[in-house]
Amino acid sequence: MVDTQSNSDVLLSVRSMKKVYPTPGGPVEAVRDLTFDLRRGEFACIVGPSGSGKTTLLKCISGLMAPTSGEVILDGERVAGPPRNMALVFQEYGRSLYSWLRVEDNVALPLRAAGIGPAERRERVAEALEAVGLAHVPQSYPWQLSGGMQQRVAIARAVAYRPEILLMDEPFAAVDAQTRADLEDLVRSVWKKLGLTVLFVTHDIDESVYLGERVIILSSSPTVVQDDVRIDLPFERDQLETRSMKQFVVHRHHVYEQIQLAKRGFRAEDTRPVAVAQPSA
Amino acid sequence: MNKARSISAMVALPIVLVLLWWVATLGNSNPFIPKPVALLTDLWETWANSRFLEHVVPSIVRLLSGLSIAIVGGIVLGVLIGSNLTVRKIMGPILEFVRAIPPPVLLPVLMMVIGIGDETKVFLIALGCLWPVLLNTVDGVRSVDPVLRDTTSSYNIGGLTRLRFFLLPAALPRIVTGVRLSLPIALILMVASEMYAATNGLGFSIIYFQRTFQNGPMWAGVVVLGLVGIIMALAFRWFERRILSWYYAQRELETSG
Ligand SMILES: Nc1ncnc2c1ncn2[C@@H]1O[C@H](COP(=O)(O)OP(=O)(O)O)[C@@H](O)[C@H]1O
Ligand SMILES: [Mg+2]
Repeated sequence: MVDTQSNSDVLLSVRSMKKVYPTPGGPVEAVRDLTFDLRRGEFACIVGPSGSGKTTLLKCISGLMAPTSGEVILDGERVAGPPRNMALVFQEYGRSLYSWLRVEDNVALPLRAAGIGPAERRERVAEALEAVGLAHVPQSYPWQLSGGMQQRVAIARAVAYRPEILLMDEPFAAVDAQTRADLEDLVRSVWKKLGLTVLFVTHDIDESVYLGERVIILSSSPTVVQDDVRIDLPFERDQLETRSMKQFVVHRHHVYEQIQLAKRGFRAEDTRPVAVAQPSA
Repeated sequence: MNKARSISAMVALPIVLVLLWWVATLGNSNPFIPKPVALLTDLWETWANSRFLEHVVPSIVRLLSGLSIAIVGGIVLGVLIGSNLTVRKIMGPILEFVRAIPPPVLLPVLMMVIGIGDETKVFLIALGCLWPVLLNTVDGVRSVDPVLRDTTSSYNIGGLTRLRFFLLPAALPRIVTGVRLSLPIALILMVASEMYAATNGLGFSIIYFQRTFQNGPMWAGVVVLGLVGIIMALAFRWFERRILSWYYAQRELETSG
């Protein structure tokens, strides 16, 4: 991959975004000034400490909330409300599913709202449930499933919607380690299969390095981009192999270091170790 | 087994109370004090005939009409008010004012304005039952989970699809609570409205028997009223268990770990 891409390849563009929450106790600055671009088909992770404004950022990108200043541009258009070609997966899987709808109806609801007919709906739902390994429980209610399976339902819903860009807000922070590893691989396989653009938010450094082709590190509040790292790990990732690679360790070390620096208030752009900047063999 | 036990627990106290009542009134000859056996005969003789059709059925029709209007009106208004800040600000003070007026005091006014027909009684029942449904619907709509609301918005689920598959089901547990609270109010207002200027109905009959010193049939009327209330509550509970089956099943799962 080449770093210098033409502008037409940019799918998402966040420009000098700032978000200040007006609260009874005075304004809270959640995001100070964020600028970055996402290319079509990219898998980027955003890491940042708790409270650094990651959720705020995603809500502004997804049009659920307007930034205080700056703008978000998706596919050449300024985002003013939830865009049609975007899907969002939340950390709180249990609260993002409709308890009164069966799994298949949860997945089908956005399609129904988009005016897609019953036949195509059925087809897409079956396909999406198959893709996340839930083909056997379409008739269950979400609360009858384990946490990991519930998050799979939420991912299936996003997949069936066929978005161009998928935003995920710490989607696996609340599931156990083994389930988490499975879900990480699932997300990468979905990304590869569907050619999506993925923006994956996490506070877990290992997860960001393992999943992403690129890791954007946020400083702690007031938030700016601390660093933006290209992850040159092999395209095919494996929980055991990849995580024990030299490059993985180097990247992890770097990201960790940057986050520590950010916490201490350094805004250094030039602390990037040589090993990371060099393309791997 | 478990069911048998819960049923016996339910009826044990009433049986004991009736027995006590029977023993206590054994030698009593005061005509104003009801006795269990005489009451049963009165119940059968007074009510198990055409009087049921003439006086109980019209009451139930009024009650159900008023209640239905209150439920539909309460949900429609509640959704509008609950999901719209401007509407809430405009309507708030008016609602607080109307709500502060106890419905029965409106009866004389309504009789003058609408007349003494069924409309007045139905209107009064509807007005009294509106508040619990309305206020609970507003609360239910306002307290929907923000994550689920964001999910719904992010998928561009709007309009009637949003109402039918998100807002109403999410608020349903609260709406149902509001309706449950309005059931006894409906019963009270039904009887009260029938005690004024009516020519039929349970309330009318009870007052009529009382004025003509027919104490046995009067007490039997009170029992019929109680039975109507119990049947209504049981029917509602059955209905509630059905439409909220997902809600109770989920809660049971969560509390059992
Ligand atoms: N609705 C809100 N009102 C006021 N402050 C908020 C609100 N949401 C988030 N914040 C504040 O903004 C900051 C960033 O929050 P958030 O975006 O949730 O961070 P993260 O997702 O990285 O943990 C925090 O300090 C949080 O307290
Ligand atoms: Mg967050």
